[in-house]
Parts: sequence; C-alpha cells; structure tokens
Amino acid sequence: MKKKLLSTLLCGVLTASMLAGCGSVETADEPATEDAAEEVAEDAAEETEEAAEETEEATEDAAEGEEGEAEPEAVTTEGDPNGTHMEMWSFVEAHNTFYAKMLEKWNEANPDRTIEITFTTYPYGDMHQKLLMSLQTGEGAPDICDVEMGQVPNVYEGLDTWLYPLDDSMAPYADDMLASRLAAYQGSDGKQYGAPFHVGATVMYYNMARLEEAGITQEDVDAVVTWDDYTALGEKYLEATGNEEGKYFTSVDTGGADWLWIAMAEYGDDWTGGFDGTANVQLDSVRNMLTMQQDWLNSGFAEVSPDGHIDLEAGFQNILDGNIVSFPKAMWYMSRFINYMPEEEGNWYITKCPVFEEGQNCSVGIGGTGTVVTQQSVDAQLAADFLCYAKMSPEGETMIWNDLGFDVCNTSLWDDETFAHDESNQYNTFFRNYPYDVLNSISDQIGTIMTVKISPTINEYVCNTTLNEILEEGMDVDEALQELQDAIDLEQ
Amino acid sequence: MKVKKFLFSQKTAPYIFALPFIISFLVFWVYPLISAFVMSFQDIGAITVDWVGFKNYGKLLKDKVFHTAMINSFEYMVFTCALLIPFPMLYAVLMDGNLVKAKGVWKALLYLPALTSVVISGTLFRLMFSEYKTGQMNVLMAMLGLPAIKWLKTKWTSEIALLLLCCWRWTGVNTLYFMSGLKSIDKSLYESADIDGATGWQKFKFITIPLIKPTTIYVLTISIYAGLAMFLESFMLWAGNDSPKNIGLTIVGYLYKRGIQKDDMGYACTVGVVLLLIALVINFIQLWLNGSFKKEER
Repeated sequence: MKKKLLSTLLCGVLTASMLAGCGSVETADEPATEDAAEEVAEDAAEETEEAAEETEEATEDAAEGEEGEAEPEAVTTEGDPNGTHMEMWSFVEAHNTFYAKMLEKWNEANPDRTIEITFTTYPYGDMHQKLLMSLQTGEGAPDICDVEMGQVPNVYEGLDTWLYPLDDSMAPYADDMLASRLAAYQGSDGKQYGAPFHVGATVMYYNMARLEEAGITQEDVDAVVTWDDYTALGEKYLEATGNEEGKYFTSVDTGGADWLWIAMAEYGDDWTGGFDGTANVQLDSVRNMLTMQQDWLNSGFAEVSPDGHIDLEAGFQNILDGNIVSFPKAMWYMSRFINYMPEEEGNWYITKCPVFEEGQNCSVGIGGTGTVVTQQSVDAQLAADFLCYAKMSPEGETMIWNDLGFDVCNTSLWDDETFAHDESNQYNTFFRNYPYDVLNSISDQIGTIMTVKISPTINEYVCNTTLNEILEEGMDVDEALQELQDAIDLEQ
Repeated sequence: MKVKKFLFSQKTAPYIFALPFIISFLVFWVYPLISAFVMSFQDIGAITVDWVGFKNYGKLLKDKVFHTAMINSFEYMVFTCALLIPFPMLYAVLMDGNLVKAKGVWKALLYLPALTSVVISGTLFRLMFSEYKTGQMNVLMAMLGLPAIKWLKTKWTSEIALLLLCCWRWTGVNTLYFMSGLKSIDKSLYESADIDGATGWQKFKFITIPLIKPTTIYVLTISIYAGLAMFLESFMLWAGNDSPKNIGLTIVGYLYKRGIQKDDMGYACTVGVVLLLIALVINFIQLWLNGSFKKEER
C-alpha cells in the first residue's frame, strides 16, 4: 500500500513539475528597460491605427490560441495558405505589419516558394523570455523572431545551435549594407545571426526656429566642428536670450549612455573590448565627455534630462517647451517628432555631431532590432531568404523608410534621389533638410560599439549609478569610473 | 475491490485528505527549494551547466549591488515593522472601544487599499511623487512654500514614498488581524479591572498587550518576511527594476534582475538561498526572544 502511495506521490510531482515549468514563463513580467522603451515607443503611434482593425482578428485568434501563457497582444495570419507555414514573433506590432506587407511582395515574386506566416506580437519582456526559454528547451521557438539590441547577448549565447546563420541568404545584398551595422549583429563566431532594421546613426538636432530668434543662422550651426565650437555657439544663444531661468542649450542624460557611445566612437574606443577583450571603461573618451558635461551643468549651459533621458514623455515636453534647443540622438528619433511633437514641423535642422578633435569620426549606431531565424524553423533557409529580402532588399528598405522612418542600412539607396528626396515621405518634409543628405555626409564615419555578454552589465551600472553620481551629485569623474570598473570586473 | 478497500480504509483516509496539501507542498516548496539550493552552486549557461562550488557565494560577498539591495530590504523591513505594528494595534483598540463612531466605515476605509492591485497603486504613487512641479507631493511642497523635490531620486525621500505606499496598503490588513485578536480576549477581564479601578492605559498595558501577543508575534513574523521579500512596490514605483544608484533595489528585485533579466539562474538562486537564510535567522531570533519556542514545554 505504501508503494502505491509513493508512486501516486511521484506521479503527482512529475506532472506538477511539468506544469511548474510552463508556469515560470508567466513570471516574466515586463521589465521594460530603457532599450525596450526606445524601440517600443518608436512605433507606438503608428501602431494605434492598425491596432484597431487588428484587435478583432487578434481576439479571435487568441481565443483558440496557444496555452494561454504570456498573453499576445495581437495575432494575425497572412500570406499564402498553401505555402510553407511559419511562426513569427515581435514585440512591436508595427514591425509585424511591415513584415506582412513584405510577405505579400515575396509571395508574388516567388510563386514556387510561397509562405504563410502567423505573426504574434508579445510585450517586450514576455517575448524575449519566451524566446530564450524555447531556445534553451529546443522546443516551441518561432521560425523568425525580432530581438532587441539589449537582448542580443542572451539570445546569441547558443550561436548556431540555436540560430540559423544568415550569411548565405544575405549575400545578394551584403555589399550594399553598412558593414559596421552588420557587425553589430554578428555572433562571437563571426557569423551573421541578426538582420538589422536601421543604422541608428547619431546626429545633432537643432531647433533652428528658436536659434534664429537668438540671431544664430544655419551657417553658424554648420560651422560647428568641435565640442568647443558647440559650447561657444550655445553660450552665444544663452546670452542672446538673456540666460533665462529654466532655459538651456541642451540636456544630458543620466538614464542612457548615448553621449558616452558618441564619445567612444569619436576616439575609436569601445568599452566592451569586443568578443575577446576585457571591458575597460576608464577611457579618455568617456572621461572627456563626462568632464565636459559636468562643466556644462555647473555653468548652466545644460540641464539633466527630466526623468533621465530625452526619449520619454517628459523629454518631448521639454523640447516642446523650448527648454533645450539642441541634442544629439540617433536618426530614429525623427519618428518621435512625427508622433509626439508634430507642432515642431519645419523648426528643426539635422546635422552631424561635433567631435572632440578635428578629423575624428562623428557618429555611432545606437539601438536596433536584429531579427533572427531559429534552427527550429520548418525551413530555415526559406525563412532566412525571406527575412533578408524583407529587411535588406531595396524594396524592403524603401518600405522601412516610408512606414517606420528608420535610417536604412542599405547604402545604395542613400544617394538615390527618388528615395532620399521623396517629397511624399513625411520625414523628408518635416525637417529643414533631408535626413539622408546628413547620413550621406557621414556614411564613412559611423562607428560601432559592440554588444557582447558584458554589455548589459556596463549599461546598467552606468545608467543606474555612475551617471547619477557624476551628473546629479557632482562626484569626481575618475572616482566614479573606478567604481564602475570594479563593478564590471566582478563579472568578467 | 482492492482499490475500494484502500480508499475506504480508516488508516489511509487522513493521508488522502492531506494529499493535495502534501503534493503542492512537495512540488511547489520542497522541490524548488532543493533545486534552487543545488543551482546556487552552478553556473547555468545557455547550453552548459557547470558545477562551480562556492564561487557564486564568493561573488555575492564582493557584489556591492547586492549589498545595497540587502541594506535596502533590511531598512524597509525594520521601518515597516516599526510602523505596521503599533499603529494598526492602536486603530484596532480604538475601534474595539466606544470612542469611535461609524466603525464599519472606518474599517472599510482602512481595508480598501488592500483590495487594489499594487500595480495600480504603485503607478499612482509614482505619479504623485514625480519630480515635476505638477506632481501632487510637489504641489503640496509649493503650498508650504518649499522647493520641489526629486522624490524618487534620493534615498530618504524615496524611502518615504515606499513606506507611505506600504502603510497605506497594509494598515487595514494588520488592523483586521489585531481586531480578531482583541475579540478573543475575555471581556470579564476588563470588567474586573474596572472594578479594581484600573485606568484605560493600565487595561491596555496589562490586559490587551499580553493577551494579543500571539497575534502580535504572527503579524511581526509575516511583516519581517514581507519586508524582506518586497519587490513589486519598488518595481512599480520606479517603473522597472532600475532606480538611480539602486536606491529602490531589493533582494528579490536583484534576484529577478539576475535570474530573469540577465538569465543567470545560478547566481539568482544563490541570492534566493541567502535571502531564505536571512529570513530564517531573523525570524528564529525573533521567535526565540518572544519565547514562542518555550510554550510547548509549559
């Protein structure tokens, strides 16, 4: 009798532990990190329109849907019902809408290799957690999946046992793609696992309308080469406006490392040390940037961005209020103007970032979504071919620019008049100059900071602690960097 | 036949009735506990699992972020215990006496916050304590003629926000515990105290406090655990697990960060095991000081 009891118990334990396994996926709440917020907010406005029509379908699909673990926000099935069926996940609905449009084009162009894809949009945290879990267990992963830059080190850990290399599929387009951007999505074995959406090149945004009121012309702005020039220009502006309370030339971030990335790219540094090196944050580039920012704060030239960085509601309001009139940010920030600050149309001018010493590179690629094909795919090669077509071909890139407003990686389009100067594109008309003209002028100056295993650790400590210590509390730069280095050394 | 006999036997029946609990206890408590303990000695990578001995524990000793999290949780625990026992006890006594009118209304008002989700209340508190001039707390500050404060960016102001959220939410629940404790006190004790001419304070001190001691110990024990295990409140207050200089990071928050956000289950389990040990030790000491262990002998 005892044996029976024991066996019942064991059976119970077994079944329940399986259940427990499933359940743990649920615990992945929504650790919406800054990186995520960046990407997610990026397309929020575009989403809303489509969301309305798609919710109906979504609820239908969701009802019969999977095991009811992490709740998907939207599920749609598109493409040729007779084609190969695939699954695709994203954390931004607008991305899925884009892929669906490209899928139609693909099926038209490849009648013998048609595909049907079920697109699922999950919340940022849930999706990456679910993806990791399914890759680890070797079961349940989608064929194609969006991976946000900050999550790349986690997802790439399994290299080609988890992911299918895209090298062959992207061959037709590889030469036109910006090499430094592709490199950001390579694994430590040198294979290409992710397809990028955008360059995310950093540029300088100037509120020309307000600068002109202060007697500063576009020529003055164009004449800025170094950060010293930039500081001088700002001082001139502040003086002309009478050093008004609450008005600054720019704002510096405590919740994001963009400024430091720019500094590193200018000096050709990379604090991660790449795949083989060790991370070192005690770099002159970082030190110079932080010291300069500290001086700016002390002199009333700059303020600390409300809520930590400029890519948040508070940041948009700060810009609308004219509290700051210039800032460096990746080109995808253009969509924030369209979506959150439409009244600023015609006011802003985009140009390249200042550098520390003349002759330095002036830009760096920031943020992004690398889309991967998993080894669990029913037809990995077909999935990879479609993915590269969607994200790298001129047709796909044109749609990325028009629909999503990203600075595309396919450089062959950058000086294509019909693409870069297309007046029907809202981004081309919103600003005082054509964004791609700026991109063209810096095309050989866009650096890369690698995203490797240590990256999340560095980024987290910098944004939580170091930048607050230096910019909010005025701590000595060297001291703060030493503390940061100690924290990182613990992990490597 | 055999099955029937088995099911109807008097000896097995208690086991069968207790089975659901035993199974869930084994599956959801014992198994994860042992498994977490084992995992705390491992480095769990994407594909490989390596046995690393005490390396995780050694790292924990040097990990400043963990130390910050531990101090935060500990402080939070101490303050919540200091606030969430005397005040609910006072409210319970007041509501048990004849001084208060409309007791039902007060009970409902005190208990209401416990019914709201932390997600919602945390978000509301975040907005109230926002650093802008338009946040409620800063509006209050302006009324008092004081400058606006970046509430959630410095340690002690954010501590105020956290404790306020916690008290707002849990006072009602603890009051309820104390009220049920008070109900079990024999009224004749108070009557005889009245005859002896005891004052209200004396009755409170010599009758109420000693007789609701079991309730107090219970509330203290769960408060210690709840204080150390706090996570969601700070997660919602800072809209995520990241706060400036980690002022809002708790032990469980750090566990979540390591295990889920950074996918480092081995190290996260080490954090969990240490949390368990700390909670056990503190509660053991507390129960021992209260004399809870002696009762059985008496």
